[in-house]
Amino acid sequence: MTAMADIEVAAPDKIVIHPVWVRITHWVNALAMIVMILSGWQIYNASPLFNFIFPPSITLGGWLAGALLWHFAAMWLLAVNGLVYLAFGLATGRFARKFFPIRPREVLADTRAALAGKLSHDDLSVYNAVQKLLYVGVIVAGILIVLSGLAIWKPIQLQELTTVMGGYDAARYVHFVAMAVIVGFLVVHVALALIVPKSLRAMLRGR
Amino acid sequence: MARIRKPIPGVDPKLLIKDAGKLLPDPTRRLFLRGGASLGALTFLTGCDIVDGLSAEKALRKISEFNDGAQALLFSAAKLAPTYPQSAITRPFPFNAYYGPDDAPEVDGKDYALEVGGLVDNKKKWTLDELYALPEVSQITRHICVEGWSAIGSWQGARLSDFLQRVGADTRAKYVWFQCAEGYSNTIDMPTALHPQTQMTFKFDNQILPRAYGYPMKIRMPTKLGFKNPKYVVAMHVTNTDLGGYWENQGYNWFSGL
Ligand code: HEM
Repeated sequence: MTAMADIEVAAPDKIVIHPVWVRITHWVNALAMIVMILSGWQIYNASPLFNFIFPPSITLGGWLAGALLWHFAAMWLLAVNGLVYLAFGLATGRFARKFFPIRPREVLADTRAALAGKLSHDDLSVYNAVQKLLYVGVIVAGILIVLSGLAIWKPIQLQELTTVMGGYDAARYVHFVAMAVIVGFLVVHVALALIVPKSLRAMLRGR
Repeated sequence: MARIRKPIPGVDPKLLIKDAGKLLPDPTRRLFLRGGASLGALTFLTGCDIVDGLSAEKALRKISEFNDGAQALLFSAAKLAPTYPQSAITRPFPFNAYYGPDDAPEVDGKDYALEVGGLVDNKKKWTLDELYALPEVSQITRHICVEGWSAIGSWQGARLSDFLQRVGADTRAKYVWFQCAEGYSNTIDMPTALHPQTQMTFKFDNQILPRAYGYPMKIRMPTKLGFKNPKYVVAMHVTNTDLGGYWENQGYNWFSGL
């Protein structure tokens, strides 16, 4: 259970910030998410919910059937990989240790510090309150996008789930909003990773 | 982002006809991977060069077949599609096909005779009067299009499972295949054919099926996406061979269950 924590304490100069299961599931998730998002935009364009479509040139699949093939292939990768990440995160205690507690006062203070460019990144093994909030938020959005996706894919076989989502039409909006949250996160997340390159190195090499 | 028309709920039939065009493959984009920027991004991300769009398409189709199996496993004959009150019916109910309503097939009801073939005991043809005399069932259910929009409609007709029994169909066979007047065709799995809500539909909203909705007969399956619900059906075969279908052959998922 606490094996990872022990290693971190035992060898301070060789601290493993992101164990290998985090790194693998993180990058598999990034790939699956991007395929899901780009093919999802093409599917959205076939019957838009709002007064816009996504520029077809930045979508994946070429046409509706192609996009659906991508979407329903990558969904397995996304779901299985996500379950592995959640299972490890809960079982190893990583989630409890790294993401909690999230204190509103600290989120405010860290947001202010981040905007002023005064947030310390000396210790990558500890997430600041903004990181905690963003990561927990995107994990919740990830769970929501899978559940709402199931609700619109199987509104009869999984009709209880569709009902929880507010019905078929409402579930389409839930699915869209969860996508928008994830894309918003992704923009901020990638920008921050590039601003603090050693965090990117840690997610690739572990330390 | 390009601005376009408003979304469905109001339902303008003219717009929906245009919509159907989106189901069609754009000839310049037949290969799924010719996605310009996104192909570049994918190549970059995976670190391998997927120039061979065809083999990617093949792999994706294999996964789609796997998804057919997964959906068949998930399918339960006991799960009924939710039904709705009369007031929930979408009016006007959208017309959707790969042709405009003026090009919809015009079937002459007087000459019509449904052909029943394959693994059935009785291959007699059925006239419309004989079909109309079958015990009537009714449903108000949601029609869900592969494009994502949905609409609630009211359909009346005969239960397909009763009809299959009546003609002595071998219900251990794997598939039922439907042939339509305009050349459209469609193969479905036997469990869906036997689902209690799968209906040989002769009426929409208690009126003889209008031409746009598939006169004289459509097969209504609330458990499948709209394109799996054939209209203008002229023949039905019980078979152990998957004879494919118009959209399925072009890459849409075969099972397409809901
Ligand atoms: C492809 C672009 C991406 C890059 C470059 C990237 C980069 C990173 C980096 C450098 C970290 C460690 C950051 C830190 O130390 O605070 C990280 C963590 C994380 N990323 Fe990403 N990421 C990407 C995509 C995604 C996507 C698409 C998601 C989810 C939708 C995601 C979710 C997360 C989460 C939840 C963590 C925390 C993981 C943990 O500590 O268990 N990332 N990412």
